[in-house]
Amino acid sequence: MSYRVHVRVVPRAGILDPQGQAVEHALGVLGFAEASGVRVGRAIELTVAAGSRDEAEARARKMCDRLLANPVTEDYLVEVEEA
Amino acid sequence: MVRVAVVRFPGSNCDEDARRAAERAGAEAFFVWHRDTALGGADVVILPGGFSYGDYLRSGAIARFSPVMAAVQAHAAAGGTVIGICNGFQILCEAHLLPGALMRNAGLRFVSKPVDVLVERVDTPFTWAFDRPTQVRLPVAHGEGRYVADGVTLAMLEAEGRVVLRYARPAAGTEPNPNGAERDIAGICNAERNVVGIMPHPERVVDPALGSADGLLFFRSLAAPRPVAGGTR
Repeated sequence: MSYRVHVRVVPRAGILDPQGQAVEHALGVLGFAEASGVRVGRAIELTVAAGSRDEAEARARKMCDRLLANPVTEDYLVEVEEA
Repeated sequence: MVRVAVVRFPGSNCDEDARRAAERAGAEAFFVWHRDTALGGADVVILPGGFSYGDYLRSGAIARFSPVMAAVQAHAAAGGTVIGICNGFQILCEAHLLPGALMRNAGLRFVSKPVDVLVERVDTPFTWAFDRPTQVRLPVAHGEGRYVADGVTLAMLEAEGRVVLRYARPAAGTEPNPNGAERDIAGICNAERNVVGIMPHPERVVDPALGSADGLLFFRSLAAPRPVAGGTR
């Protein structure tokens, strides 16, 4: 089976995110005063060959721990769907 | 003569400067390619500045898995000296040879200018030639130089005297912290003190003809080693 995996990596709460601040400021300037708590991260999509959905998710989490996210500064979310 | 290996990654761009600085200080210096698996009998390894692998994903995140990094890890584990400058510092953090991480500058801009830094610790293989804590002016050139670590790690670095370089406090006539680094940290070392990473570029100021020789003592430290407490070559 192959699974489509969506990984979202965001700066950990409490760590200064100057990109998020700049985007939030720009949204305010554009009239979106209701926007707050903006954090800018990155999205990574990949296809994973695995025997089950759980296995695909476990492998994707290992990928995040080794390479896709920096455990010192970033948190990640993994979502798996059948490809 | 001390043998200094300068590792070249695709995207390194301070490699030639680092090699010349080490030679000028009296070392024998040569390049090692990132695909090499041996360090050519080096006593000292320098990971130079630049944009290895285009800074893709995160600065240093791909370079740390280069074939040569297994040899660098082994060299460090055996007590050998490993120096990371700018992108090299980022690689050392990604490789977990140094704690913490280097993130986007607080001001979001790439900064390229001279800054004032205090060489706070002279008990490392990269700084002993300073003899005593000394303020120097060194160029920085980075977009991701903001040192970040959790509170426990920061307290440990301070308690163990592992903040090697610190940006000067804001004052009239000084160029202070350019990136928002926590505790004004510009460079640190590992617990054994044989692995040192710094953001500024001393290799760019080793000749009065370039405007300053403030950086030469870093390379003199490497080229004429003396025993350092807690570590050997």
